[in-house]
Amino acid sequence: MEFTLHIWRQHGAAEHGAFVTYPVRGISPDLSFLEMLDILNEELVGRGEAPIAFDHDCREGICGSCAMVINGDPHGPLPGTTTCQLYMRHFQNATDITVEPWRARAFPVLRDLIVDRSALDSVIQAGGYVSVNTGAAPDAHAITVAKQAADAAFEAAACIGCGACVAACPNGAAMLFTAAKVAQLAIMPQGRPERSRRVIGMVEAMDDAGFGNCTNHYACTEACPKQIPLRFIAQLNREFLSAALSSREFVELARPHAHEE
Amino acid sequence: MAVADMDIPAFDPRIPDGPLADKWQRHRAEVRLVSPTNKRRYRVIVVGSGLAGAAAAASLAELGYQVDCFTFHDSPRRAHSVAAQGGINAAKNYRNDGDSVERLFRDTLKGGDYRSREANVYRLAEISNQIIDHCVAQGIPFARDYAGYLDNRSFGGAQVARTFYARGQTGQQLLLGAYGALSRQIHGGQVRLHTRTEMLDLVVEDGRATGIISRRLTDGHIEHHGADAVVLASGGYSNIYYLSTNALASNVTATYRAYRRGAWFANPSFTQIHPTCIPAVEDHQSKLTLMSESLRNDGRIWVPQAMHEERRPAEIPEAERDYYLERMYPAYGNLSPRDISSRAAKSVCDQGRGVGPSGHGVYLDFAEAIGRLGRRVINDRYGNLFEMYQRITGEDPWHTPMRIYPAAHYSMGGLWVDYDLMTTVPGLFAIGEANFSDHGANRLGASALMQGLADGYFILPQTLGHFLAARPPLTADHNSAAGAEARAAVEARLARLVAVGGRTPVETFHRRLGELMWEHCGMSRSRAGLQQALVEIPALRDEFWSGICVCGGSAEFNVVLEKAGRVADYLEFAEVMVRDALEREESCGAHFRTEHQTADGEPRREDASFSHVAAWGFRGDGVAAQRAIEPLHFEHLQPAVRNYR
Repeated sequence: MEFTLHIWRQHGAAEHGAFVTYPVRGISPDLSFLEMLDILNEELVGRGEAPIAFDHDCREGICGSCAMVINGDPHGPLPGTTTCQLYMRHFQNATDITVEPWRARAFPVLRDLIVDRSALDSVIQAGGYVSVNTGAAPDAHAITVAKQAADAAFEAAACIGCGACVAACPNGAAMLFTAAKVAQLAIMPQGRPERSRRVIGMVEAMDDAGFGNCTNHYACTEACPKQIPLRFIAQLNREFLSAALSSREFVELARPHAHEE
Repeated sequence: MAVADMDIPAFDPRIPDGPLADKWQRHRAEVRLVSPTNKRRYRVIVVGSGLAGAAAAASLAELGYQVDCFTFHDSPRRAHSVAAQGGINAAKNYRNDGDSVERLFRDTLKGGDYRSREANVYRLAEISNQIIDHCVAQGIPFARDYAGYLDNRSFGGAQVARTFYARGQTGQQLLLGAYGALSRQIHGGQVRLHTRTEMLDLVVEDGRATGIISRRLTDGHIEHHGADAVVLASGGYSNIYYLSTNALASNVTATYRAYRRGAWFANPSFTQIHPTCIPAVEDHQSKLTLMSESLRNDGRIWVPQAMHEERRPAEIPEAERDYYLERMYPAYGNLSPRDISSRAAKSVCDQGRGVGPSGHGVYLDFAEAIGRLGRRVINDRYGNLFEMYQRITGEDPWHTPMRIYPAAHYSMGGLWVDYDLMTTVPGLFAIGEANFSDHGANRLGASALMQGLADGYFILPQTLGHFLAARPPLTADHNSAAGAEARAAVEARLARLVAVGGRTPVETFHRRLGELMWEHCGMSRSRAGLQQALVEIPALRDEFWSGICVCGGSAEFNVVLEKAGRVADYLEFAEVMVRDALEREESCGAHFRTEHQTADGEPRREDASFSHVAAWGFRGDGVAAQRAIEPLHFEHLQPAVRNYR
């Protein structure tokens, strides 16, 4: 197969970027999208040009590293698929393909297709866990968890933290990402004691990190390679509202924040 | 080199006295402690943020130590532990099927073909239960039954169902648990996280590890970080084969650099070849994808009886199929251990009975299981794996058998450590896949997650305190001379890589090294092949150092330079691996020497001469590594011929 690739090149965070066009030929339909870029990169290196920098690692759709917008879609045209699991057999031969980095205020471009996604980590750091110290746990069977609950929590926990939801959102919101973690730990009984504190802290960190607000475009769940359901955003809103109405932490947290504004 | 005139270490594993079952508890009661108010005066560096690294960094921080955690990823959650699919073993015996700590210990020791330490393996089995408790408390959504209790499945090399799982994403869920614990400590200011930062050298002063030299990948900034102790949790090196199940950035650099600074490397040739991976189809393929071993609970493995069979699998009648694992190993069948299953697959393919375009493949067939259990049960158990297979191959496993073939997967070898997980360099610890400790010559499925978390959550936080308690905290400028020397060495090496200025992609050399290692030091090894590899590796290394292009400088975000440094280390480490395979004149576990097999092709161990751990010490560039041994003593369980028939 052959394609004409238009790829975003940007040398560094502080520099301007632009699309550069690269023709590629002799591409097997059994190659993954990233393997096609590997071939192009080997050609570039052979010519002494800097290869296209992109994040990638496991190449089996679970580490969440790979992140590129392909023809306008985060992770490309196939639903429920990361870029690394996208194969060239899913593209029409002899077409143009545009490749860009994630575009969002909270994700500055570092080089070419690589962006800084540490804003997502800051959201988790603000409460996306159960605060249990090593050694403190009771026997695993001390608390039973209904299968339906465990399955629902798993559905949320399947998030790979790639940031496609943010890239797809016209507001650059991280609602689906944050909702997935909030919902997982709200469903599991082990997460209940910190439930209010967690949702307040994470939503606040989300705002601080420069993510936008949700205005119900539903683009996030469409783009999500793990197809995290939209209903978790509704759950996040419920969790937040109930925490805001009932929780002392909200009052404590909100006050200094209000002063900074 | 300062290292060259060092004596050979004693290789005393420092195993506590007393009965096997009491050793760990007794040791815990006897180790020195650091008082709560003093802990904050100690700084510990943890390199790596996978299961072992994140668990250790979080647990040490919970205790009150100041921790610096380094990862070359953009987030700790990307570490390759995330990709482990199948599950994690524990001796809970929730199924009442006869499991116990003793049985998990025996299975693991036997699975490792009696090339691991009894005391370490027993401790691992003992801790396994605490791990499950802790992970459940973290809110990890393990698979459960309708009554709300944890579900289990079986893995290779076990006759009980002791594997806990979260669909086919157990590693991801456990890693996110550890990542959550780590994130909490970052939030509390107890851990400083260094993302996109790679360790390029170890700082050793007066024979003690006192820091690392790192490179910030985004701008090439080189930095020296001092600490009271350094913990390497940097994973394994199966990527030396180029095509492996490992993530593309997994590498040997941290442990290899430590080896060059005096840490001895144990059993480097013990690398696991996983039997169930999607076969390679393309020259430019970048990795091999694992299909979880858990599939072998219900899938049946077969090849046609006839050579060079052309019919499609559905057209081949039962009578003309060879379910070779069930035939050869009836007691364990499709759940035979990984080394045995891999070699059996290679053997039927070498006979010309392999399937698929390359002939390097065997069928993994679910037709019988779908008929027996129904589509819904199979979907619950393996749905995401079926999807993944279909996405990669374009074939639908609901209607046609999967094709699988062995691929490099895991390193049992790693830095030599004592019972306290300390290397031969005082103050340098190695945990998880980066050490060699618990899996002997072959790792059983669902044991890697268990070991990484046992080391990180439960063992290291105790034993590290024992080391620190005997030493006052180091001052900030304690290692300026050694640090400056190491930093200069790192900068000189980067400059050398940049200066080569050839036109050959680094990838090309990595691919060639991988082919060479797979051919001569892979699933089966021969003296002649290994000797051939010792000729080819240095030649390839010379070509590398005159042919590569890193396409840019070292003071920028340069992804080629990163890779070049890792491949350069692989090109040196490969020789240590090959020498280890050559010197070990026996077959054991994953190490199969063609000269040492029984009449029916089974591996033959040579306990009289090789019941030991082989450790390799760096003696200088251009000088062969030196071999030393730690004898293994079996007091509890006598080594027997491993029989899965």
